[in-house]
Amino acid sequence: MARRAQPLSPALGVVAALGVAVLILGALAAVFWRAEAGRGLGPADWQAVRFTVVQAALSAGVSVGFALPVARALARRRFPGRAALIALMGAPFILPVIVAVLGLLAVFGRSGWISQGLSLIGLPPLRIYGLHGVVLAHVFFNLPLATRLILQGWQEIPAERFRLAAQLGAGPGAIWRLLEWPMLRRTAPGALAVIFAICLTSFAVALTLGGGPRATTVELAIYQAFRFDFDLARAALLSVLQIVLTGVAAALALRAAMGEGFGVGLDRAIRRWDAQGWVLKGQDGLAIALAALFLLLPLAAIATEGVAGLIALPASVWGAALNSLLIAAGSTAILLLIALPMAVAVALMRHPGWVEGAGLLGMAVSPLVIGTGAFIVIYPVADPAALALPVTALVNALMALPFALRILVPRARAVIGDFGRLALSLNMGRRAFVRLVLWPRMRPQIGFAAGLAAALSMGDLGVIALFADQEVATLPLQIYRLMGAYRMEAAAGAALLLLTLSVLLFWLFDRGGRRHAEA
Amino acid sequence: MLRLEGVQIRSGDFTLRADWSVETGARVAVIGPSGAGKTTLLEAIAGFRDLAAGRILWDGRDIGRDAPGARPIAMLFQDGNLFPHLSVAENAGLGVSPDLRLTPADRTRVRQALARVGLEGLEDRKPAALSGGQQSRAALARVLLQGRPLLLLDEPFAALGPALKAEMLDLVAELAAESGATLMMISHDPADARRIAGQAILVADGVAGAPQPVAALLDTPPPALRAYLGEG
Amino acid sequence: MKYLAFAAGLITSAAGQMAAAETPVLTVYTYDSFVSDWGPGPAIEKAFEADCGCDLKFVAAGDGAALLARLRLEGARSEADVVLGLDTNLTAAARDTGLFAPVEVAAEYTLPLEWSDSTFIPYDWGYFAFVQNRDLVAPHSFRELADSDLKIVIQDPRSSTPGLGLLMWVKAAYGDEAPAIWAGLSDNIVTVTKGWSEAYGLFLDGEADMVLSYTTSPAYHLIAEEDDSKTTALFDEGHYMQVEVAGKLAASDQPELADRFLQFMVTDAFQSVIPTANWMYPAVTPAAGLPKGFETLTQPKTALLFPSDEAAALRDPALAEWLAALSR
Repeated sequence: MARRAQPLSPALGVVAALGVAVLILGALAAVFWRAEAGRGLGPADWQAVRFTVVQAALSAGVSVGFALPVARALARRRFPGRAALIALMGAPFILPVIVAVLGLLAVFGRSGWISQGLSLIGLPPLRIYGLHGVVLAHVFFNLPLATRLILQGWQEIPAERFRLAAQLGAGPGAIWRLLEWPMLRRTAPGALAVIFAICLTSFAVALTLGGGPRATTVELAIYQAFRFDFDLARAALLSVLQIVLTGVAAALALRAAMGEGFGVGLDRAIRRWDAQGWVLKGQDGLAIALAALFLLLPLAAIATEGVAGLIALPASVWGAALNSLLIAAGSTAILLLIALPMAVAVALMRHPGWVEGAGLLGMAVSPLVIGTGAFIVIYPVADPAALALPVTALVNALMALPFALRILVPRARAVIGDFGRLALSLNMGRRAFVRLVLWPRMRPQIGFAAGLAAALSMGDLGVIALFADQEVATLPLQIYRLMGAYRMEAAAGAALLLLTLSVLLFWLFDRGGRRHAEA
Repeated sequence: MLRLEGVQIRSGDFTLRADWSVETGARVAVIGPSGAGKTTLLEAIAGFRDLAAGRILWDGRDIGRDAPGARPIAMLFQDGNLFPHLSVAENAGLGVSPDLRLTPADRTRVRQALARVGLEGLEDRKPAALSGGQQSRAALARVLLQGRPLLLLDEPFAALGPALKAEMLDLVAELAAESGATLMMISHDPADARRIAGQAILVADGVAGAPQPVAALLDTPPPALRAYLGEG
Repeated sequence: MKYLAFAAGLITSAAGQMAAAETPVLTVYTYDSFVSDWGPGPAIEKAFEADCGCDLKFVAAGDGAALLARLRLEGARSEADVVLGLDTNLTAAARDTGLFAPVEVAAEYTLPLEWSDSTFIPYDWGYFAFVQNRDLVAPHSFRELADSDLKIVIQDPRSSTPGLGLLMWVKAAYGDEAPAIWAGLSDNIVTVTKGWSEAYGLFLDGEADMVLSYTTSPAYHLIAEEDDSKTTALFDEGHYMQVEVAGKLAASDQPELADRFLQFMVTDAFQSVIPTANWMYPAVTPAAGLPKGFETLTQPKTALLFPSDEAAALRDPALAEWLAALSR
């Protein structure tokens, strides 16, 4: 096969991917190495695997299924507050689990708003606990992500194509066949795989909403192996299972995600000539309204509960907030340093599967196992508490990596495909290509990925709990501490602070990224 | 002088052969049926495709292994000749310095080049705010600034109206004449070929033939070309 | 001149470090909520440092089980001199690690039962109980609870200390009948949470009528929030106890200081902090007695507690029974 000349080299990305793989697999290996003979996997573990796969597959399918009409509606409509709505709708994804669960139950729980409403008209309360509750919670967390990933796909269809379609007199059906379905074939499998993988490591949400030990996930089995049985070998084995499951999902997704790109456009603002009928407008309005209600009501519950506590927040909460911001900043920087070269490598390589796979590892492996592995590795050489902040930032970055790649790779591919030859013929060097073409062309995606990484890092309890001492606490850890000390009101206040900071951070990055694009 | 020596370009199970020279300063139209390999030929010369065999020489120097940007070649593609996020002046400025580190003197040159192609006053526009003809002019300004001795055109003006296309081709011919550059352009329109090219290369049946006078070729077309021109 | 100042700076900072090195550091591993600003840690650190001439350093790791796991990961190389925060469900496993050394601590414990362990020293204790609103008619036993329509939230024994306590409670009260009790309770259980905080939060938000916690929980609401609406149900079969203990590590490089800390642990200075910071009963009631409000708490008639080796042996079969009953 003929070698194609390229404006960039995949070398850096390959190194980054190798580094990521070594870090994560190294942590896993450390756990294996430290393990004493355990009792291996039992029937209960396989039961946990089955439940985990079923709930993750359902959660991914329902999230993406609901995201389609919402993303389509957001892609077709312009209305005041649209950007703010999109940013705010992303909030559930970045909330600490415990806060989100309480917010969700304040709306959908036995004594939640909806059940209270039902009781007014003499109906029994909602029965939220069970597999459907697990799926509902996971959809709450992941619908925003699915919507954003798919919306991004819509926005990557150049305005020229819609103009062409409009010129051809294509109605919504024809546009679906010509433009939207091919786009979805490229974006939806990736979104499915990512959400499936997130839900694989779910634990507290699945258990709480699942209503009991029927809802035992692999992550809970890992937790049990680690702290109940101190069977490190089983914990690591289960983590390997998580990797295998994620790998299978990713392979299926990559295989399904075929199809051609849409070629280069000229950055015209997308204007849609189709879907002007009242029925379609109503349909889109309904999709947006329902999604907004579903996602924003629990946030409103968190806000209502938190306002009172916000006034009298203890000083240490502000200190923890500062730590969290520092970690988020560090984590975002690390993420971009890893994710950008990897995205470029994936875009350039003929067989980038393993690079993408390395990227998924961070999400596939149980945070408890990574944290324990990191602890085992660090402990002999340094004080883990002294490294709590950097290690947390690094692990958070690894967790955000799969999302960042999903966001960055399609665009990197398009930019290199569209402008690679031109840059080469101009003898533009690699640095110049990054500065003049890649960076400005990818700014919206970089902003989105950075915002997501920052917000995720803010909200994640992560490995800090394994490393922290008295002085070093993050905001999520402090929320748990407040709750553990019965201070539910202050915890609710701190949760509102966290929610506000995360959304603000996300909005700043995301907005910064697209300032140019929409100008 | 551009010389292709026993060149073979392979793409899947298709092979294109070429073995000929183009004189410096010549204007050569590349014609032939759709899918015969015209673009493949230009891409190979420009360095976007590796050669399966043979050498490409410019003034006796083998450039067949050089990176595209290191070859003495400027090329305009069918589309995507401008970066949408850069202004007209920046796009043109890339022809002076591909990392856009421009001295005041460079900026003056850019302004002059843009004036030369008739884009005075539009320096700060983004490509999306230009007409199709203006976009072509901006790309040509960059080519002018690149100052490469060999210019390859892969139908960059195909989307323009006949009058506008003719105007652009004339401008290209003028610019090439001013700088003494050698010009190779793919063309689907015999009239275009006659208008500005002295010679033509016929690409058909896996062979890119040697350049010959365009009038002779078009007046007594070989069978492959006749079928393409629809005169048989 | 500049160099002189620089050299002087070096010397002073070196002297500072030497002074710091002379202050012995006692490292105490404990669970996270102990060291939080709202836990007993800060006050206890201040009190102990006031006369030990040392630096007391708390290192936090999750909860009791995570604490033990961390200790096992570190092994004999651990920096820890003292581990504070294990309970009787963990002490057998902790003892088996061989990392702990016996200590001699003299104390008049006010525990409801005799304490004879000389390796693990108790510092506080409590009864597990179901917290409810006062206006709710309380069940008097697990059987009554199982027969009622009351909804409860409990914690998973695999991930939570109270969850494991409940498992032991039912086992201690009902023995071989425990599976039947769990089967009867299964329709009362709204959900099972990962930890105490989630469960208690759900209860406060009205998701359940009762939550598994401690008899001392209403004291928080009463004393800190002046809210007397919470109480606990008194069960006739008795209440299982949680006794929280501390132990000295055999490999400690500050053995005397560790002994001194454990002795300090059972004095008033430590014990008086416990009731309103850890919201548990002190292991030795301080001379001043318990804070006002504690007298209102439910007083179980029977205290249940398995000896630690029995608890360790019962754990796996009890968990299997629990899983089988609740997974149906």
